Amino acid sequence: MENFFVSLEHLISVQTVYIVILMVFLGIEVISHVPSILHTPLMSGANAIHGVIVIGAIIVLGKVESNNIPALAIGFTAVLVGTLNVVGGFVVTDRMLEMFKKKK
Amino acid sequence: METISQDVLAGAYLIASVSYILGLKMLGKPDTARRGNTIAAIGMTIAIFATIFLYSENGNPVGNKIFIFVALIIGTGIGVRAARTVQMTQMPEMVSLFNGMGGLCAALIGIIEIYHTQSTEKTKLLAICAGLVIGTISFSGSMIAWGKLTGRFSDKIFPMQQFLNLGLMTIILVMAGAIIFSPIVNPVMLYMELLLCVGYGILFVLPIGGADMPVVISLLNSFTGVAAACAGFLYNNMAMLTGGILVGSAGTILTILMCKAMNRSLTNVLIGAFKASGPKEVESDSGGHIKEVSLSDAAVMMSYAKKVMIVPGYGLAVAQAQHSCHELEKALEEKGVEVRYAIHPVAGRMPGHMNVLLAEADVSYSKLLEMDEANSEFATTDVVMILGANDVVNPAAKNNKLSPIYGMPILEVDHAHAVIVNKRSMNAGYAGIKNELFYEPQTSMLFGDAKKVLQQLVSEIKAN
Repeated sequence: MENFFVSLEHLISVQTVYIVILMVFLGIEVISHVPSILHTPLMSGANAIHGVIVIGAIIVLGKVESNNIPALAIGFTAVLVGTLNVVGGFVVTDRMLEMFKKKK
Repeated sequence: METISQDVLAGAYLIASVSYILGLKMLGKPDTARRGNTIAAIGMTIAIFATIFLYSENGNPVGNKIFIFVALIIGTGIGVRAARTVQMTQMPEMVSLFNGMGGLCAALIGIIEIYHTQSTEKTKLLAICAGLVIGTISFSGSMIAWGKLTGRFSDKIFPMQQFLNLGLMTIILVMAGAIIFSPIVNPVMLYMELLLCVGYGILFVLPIGGADMPVVISLLNSFTGVAAACAGFLYNNMAMLTGGILVGSAGTILTILMCKAMNRSLTNVLIGAFKASGPKEVESDSGGHIKEVSLSDAAVMMSYAKKVMIVPGYGLAVAQAQHSCHELEKALEEKGVEVRYAIHPVAGRMPGHMNVLLAEADVSYSKLLEMDEANSEFATTDVVMILGANDVVNPAAKNNKLSPIYGMPILEVDHAHAVIVNKRSMNAGYAGIKNELFYEPQTSMLFGDAKKVLQQLVSEIKAN
């Protein structure tokens, strides 16, 4: 059983490496032709996207034993700050872009 | 049942990953940018709720749902409030702060996970440690960047700083190795490691000057992306993995683009060599004579010009003068003057900072010229009005080999017939370098707060 999990992990990690490499190229490709005027919103948007880390925080908080108060507190804080990153990031980006829209 | 929900979850993550890619791509074009942001946000929401309701580890669904929802609600409340109320001039600080929150989140996940992991699962421990180290550095670094931008901290440089940073990094790496390969989790070692990472983040950002702050924020942004990707490895979670790596690589490219705009290498920025190794203030002997101009003279100069070019900088942002700036533009155009804005890519505290500010004041897109366009138009420009910009117009970047900013592309305002410089005082710019432009014969200085000066100029011009 132990061996099974080890080999399973091994299998997935090969796929993972593929995904990582493809994503690296995608990231480069997506950014390369952006006019400098959009750099701030883009940075802000990217900032919101890495807030996806909140999923990790949810998973962690979701498996903490309910009598482990310190871990609960840490997990709770993690979800809270992760949410701040996501929500704040997207709302701020939207506000910036709203201003671009009004121009004409 | 179990497998179906796992398939749905995988589908939700696929949708999320595609939404990030689409979102980033659309954010790169002015007319689709806002929709791109919304698409990424929707993808993120799907991924978050799919995780809460469908995720399971070894058959156990996500527990403590009440806590999760409370944290989500509080986080959303604070996030929306902060993002809605922040002044447009404080945008860079806000991004830095949110970035720090992401880093903190990654670090906190690591702290809990390390106690839930068997010492035999080396790859897992590696992912945890990497997330912990990168997240913590990103957190403390972002906090310092935030503090510096809000004026809470100033640049601190001391000798041998680069070696200290290098040494600290080595210790952090060695200790991370020790944590991964030790048979049990040693809490003392773990907290020491955290402390060292906090210290490294502080030392890493503290000596870097204001001219480099955009680069640092962009770099820390990609750090947090990598920390998120580490968590993606840990849970084999495709949404986190793709989002994190995408931001990591896109952020790195953005950082490099910004370095290019300043004609400096990333390593040069990273070791904080801007001031530390730069030669001490090389005084040029172009005479210390500056010429002041009165408000009404400046108003007359501009009213009778054919073409006026406005060069905005951080001073404009600090003084919240973007609306007054737009009024000046309108007042001049009523007099038949052609008004354009020359935007240096690193003017302000973030690339595109000036564009965001001027867009807030309803300045038309078509009036904003990028550096190359602007440089070809200065020769036919009658008056250049510099509003709180300094380093980006410093001719030392072109002709003083000893200057720390030598080689940085600048706005060549000295080709114009007349230059009016609005500054609060004769203090040096953020990079701490003397500006010879102020001593040129065609340059005259107009001291004062950008907003007040602009308002007075507008009324003078209207009265003319």
